[in-house]
Amino acid sequence: MALTQDAVLAGIKEIVVEVAGIDANLIAMDKKFSDDLDVDSLSMVEVVVAAEEKFGVKIPDEEVTKMATVGDAVNYIVANGK
Amino acid sequence: MALNFTPSTQNARILSVGAYRPPRVVPNSELVDRIESSDEWIQQRTGIQTRHIAAADESLIDMATKAAEVAIARAGLKAEQIDAVIFATISYPYQAPSAATELLIRLGNTKAAAFDISAACAGFCYGVALANDMVQAKTSNYVLVIGGEKLSDFTDPDDRATAFIFADGAGAVVIGPSQDVGIGPTIWGANAETRDAILLEPSYLDYKKNPGKTDLGWPNISQQGQTVFRWAVYEIAPIALRALEAAGLTPDTLAAFIPHQANERIIDSLAKSMKLPDTVAIARDIRTTGNTSAASIPLAMDALLKEHPELHGKSALLVGFGAGLVYAGQVVELPPVPKK
Repeated sequence: MALTQDAVLAGIKEIVVEVAGIDANLIAMDKKFSDDLDVDSLSMVEVVVAAEEKFGVKIPDEEVTKMATVGDAVNYIVANGK
Repeated sequence: MALNFTPSTQNARILSVGAYRPPRVVPNSELVDRIESSDEWIQQRTGIQTRHIAAADESLIDMATKAAEVAIARAGLKAEQIDAVIFATISYPYQAPSAATELLIRLGNTKAAAFDISAACAGFCYGVALANDMVQAKTSNYVLVIGGEKLSDFTDPDDRATAFIFADGAGAVVIGPSQDVGIGPTIWGANAETRDAILLEPSYLDYKKNPGKTDLGWPNISQQGQTVFRWAVYEIAPIALRALEAAGLTPDTLAAFIPHQANERIIDSLAKSMKLPDTVAIARDIRTTGNTSAASIPLAMDALLKEHPELHGKSALLVGFGAGLVYAGQVVELPPVPKK
């Protein structure tokens, strides 16, 4: 079954809460990882690895550097997930 | 005619450790202006508060000599009893002759076998693996393994990704014969497909081919932080656990964990991934020493034993990882209380 945007967003929320320890309600598609969610470049690696495991998708480093917002990550996973 | 001898073997262990840190302590505040950063930012991303930086006229070999002399004395040996020197470094500024032979001159023992190895931040653990095999096979009896770096010579103070990471120092161990097995099997290898993640360039030939081309710049270390962090945490934790298992130990029975001091966030993530219990003492020398590549593990070992003397003779899991990308890990019995 293809991944839906809602399902991926919910999963990303769980991961970011775990990694950055912030309130899930603050996390939305337009939020920037570094500026809005306190997810710096190294924490972003933790988010990406957790997302890869959760959604069974491979996210190469060059894609990670392009993911500024939560929406960027969600859309990549939806487009490239199984 | 076939060779006419019967090979024999012996056990090996780390007999002693010695460390040298240059006296000049550089806080983050001294570096931040050139990279538009802050003490808080650096500490948050690396855990580094201060580092030791060698004086301009203090060479890699000056530092290595001091660390080696301490290690040799603590083993209760004289320099002439060392019959092999393995020098792990990436910052000796000559291709040949080796740093190890310059060190021999300084130690007043010019006859020992001597060579350098280039395995970056894994260099010390590579050296321990070689020395263990050499002593076991009786190729050598007392091997000095030294990790030394003057990375300040090859760090760009204006590079926002590396300026605050790399530092200077030297650490040494003497590995020699032992009643019991004191060094476990080494788990090592490479992920060479990611070779570009940490580089020290341009090469000598780039200068030769482009005479007078000044914008080539001085050779400095560059690294892709995210790629290295990902590899260091998610690929190295299983390697470290394999080394532990190969030595017949579990996280519950391990006394200390001394990983390469690359970044405290890597150390934290490794400990978490490996599910190390609170009973394991974890080296965090990075905070006041920075990343000294091949020197970081023996420096951290020395600091940990100073802080926790009860760890002398106990088990420690070492794991080095760095440019290559290469890695090596092994469990060692920490050296006994020094004879001197």
